[in-house]
Amino acid sequence: MVRLNLLLLATLVGCALSLVTSRHQARGLFVELEREQALARGFEVEHGQLQLEQSTWAMPARIEKIAREQLKMQLPAPGRVHVLDGVAR
Amino acid sequence: MTAANTLRGATPPRSWLRAPLLFSALIALFALLMARALYLQWIDNEFLQEQGSSRYSRDLEVPAHRGRILDRFGEPLAISTPVKAIWAWPDQVVATPAQLQQLASVLDLEPRVLAARLAGGDDFVYLKRAVAPEVAARVATLGIKGLHDDDEYRRYYPGGEVMSHVLGFTGDHDVGQEGIELAQQSWLGGAPGSRRVIINRRGEAVEDVANIRSPREGRDLALSIDSRLQYLAYRELKAAVDSNQAKAGGLVILDTRTGEILALANLPSYNPNNRNHVARDRMRNRALTDIFEPGSTLKPFTIAAALESGKVEPSTIIDTAPGTLTIGTATIHDAHREGALSVEQVIQKSSNVGAAKIALSLPAVAMWDTLSGAGFGTPPKTGFPGEVSGRLRPAKSWRPIEQATIAFGHGISVNLVQLARAYSLFATDGELKPVTLFKEAGPVAGRPVIRPATARAVRHMLEMVTQPGGTAPKAQVPGYRVAGKTGTAHKLEGGVYVNKYVSSFVGFAPVSNPRLIIAVMIDEPGGSQYYGGNVAAPAFSNVMGAALRLLGVPTDAPISQPQLPADGADVREET
Repeated sequence: MVRLNLLLLATLVGCALSLVTSRHQARGLFVELEREQALARGFEVEHGQLQLEQSTWAMPARIEKIAREQLKMQLPAPGRVHVLDGVAR
Repeated sequence: MTAANTLRGATPPRSWLRAPLLFSALIALFALLMARALYLQWIDNEFLQEQGSSRYSRDLEVPAHRGRILDRFGEPLAISTPVKAIWAWPDQVVATPAQLQQLASVLDLEPRVLAARLAGGDDFVYLKRAVAPEVAARVATLGIKGLHDDDEYRRYYPGGEVMSHVLGFTGDHDVGQEGIELAQQSWLGGAPGSRRVIINRRGEAVEDVANIRSPREGRDLALSIDSRLQYLAYRELKAAVDSNQAKAGGLVILDTRTGEILALANLPSYNPNNRNHVARDRMRNRALTDIFEPGSTLKPFTIAAALESGKVEPSTIIDTAPGTLTIGTATIHDAHREGALSVEQVIQKSSNVGAAKIALSLPAVAMWDTLSGAGFGTPPKTGFPGEVSGRLRPAKSWRPIEQATIAFGHGISVNLVQLARAYSLFATDGELKPVTLFKEAGPVAGRPVIRPATARAVRHMLEMVTQPGGTAPKAQVPGYRVAGKTGTAHKLEGGVYVNKYVSSFVGFAPVSNPRLIIAVMIDEPGGSQYYGGNVAAPAFSNVMGAALRLLGVPTDAPISQPQLPADGADVREET
């Protein structure tokens, strides 16, 4: 009887300790999760800002200006255009 | 005396009452403490619970952002990004002049302006709103006491003035105030959530306790707009408005297969990213919220009604001589008299007398049915706030002179989107397509209004308009067959027609398999030109040509220089 009680006591203590450690671990992991989520939010914000930047650089007005002024591109006159028959190869 | 005895060690006289009395007094005090403890534990526990939980739990706000607005290919047209608002109660700000100098340069404010804002005493004041998070971090490193920052969202519109009328804008707290931003507020807007967590002594959240309110993220919204075509439309409209010294203008591009609005440009415009001191007037989406008398661009509907009724054929001859038609006390004029014209030529040369004569041969109801079937007099239901229905009076109230003037587009008013959409009757085989600003997944069925044969006959007449002998040879596009109709209408001011004009052109291409409808409207051209064929048609041609090329639409005509009539041989339109 005494031995059984001792065994149970030891088990109880073991369980109690493991509860404490797992609780501690859970909190540690939770803190980590929070940090990662904050990071993810930060990346999302950055993604939005990059999209904004990309679309600002890619504005048709800007592209057109570069094409015309820096690259000296122009539309060919109608007489200089040949349309190829659309046969896919 | 008793006390003295006690001190001396003498046996005090015993009172039988004393012990029980003290005992019960002590018990009573204990009971009181117990009762208080129980009271605090079970009944009045709020205060202590709160005090306790405030030491280990926090309510955190879970931010939710506003959804993006995208064009049909997913290009962002409006994005919200977090920014900071720097604020203070001026009387709590402690800073040296040098620090203030630094603050002004970090915030990019005039030192004078900053000083004025900080002179406000104990009133809450924003020093600057919508500053980048990096700037806010630099402000924090200055170490000035009494400065605070708040998280805010700010909406950016990369398209600037090109898209502004369609998108509208948001106001404080990122709530839609105009345009699509307003109409789709409930779809785009997010609602921040809130959750309770347990914190450790470093202030980090270590455990989720409860989800008080789930955040609702704003949803993205895909518009039907093609941002390349939108830019094209804006650029060419601006060129046309500038070169004609016009007061305003509008340009709409519709997809004939789905009824989607691919581009919608208005002038004058404004930049939604910086709209301080912008007059409300510039913010109006004129193509949807303003009406005008369309003039000759309405004639094809008169002819369609006549063909439907079987009263005329495309080749029927109408005598327009001597260029005037008197109805009651009013007279309709053709400034450039033509004599006998076929029905086709009435459209090609845009004869008012011809159109009026054809209209008067019809019952008013037949004409009304076609006009109403084409969508005039009812709002186009694009989902845009403030769109107008235009004015089409019921047929039974028409007097003959009204029926005659409606035939060439006076006494009826429309908005530009309505007008463009109505031309889907001729661009398809007689169907009116619904019109929308939102992306459609595939072709959309229309509602048949006129017979396919009628639609094809009018389409042919509209193509003649752009050929030599028509009013709009300048609408031609190299490589494509183009059809359309010019309009040049006197404006009504205070109920009187004045010598100010609305010049327009509505057309579609390629004629062999129409893909795009484009409507151009130029309000009050101030230069020497005011005919729709000279003012609006060139803009139509430029936009149509570039748009078809961009979309990769197969050509249906040889690519050659447009055939323009010799100078001075312009066919001038009736106004």
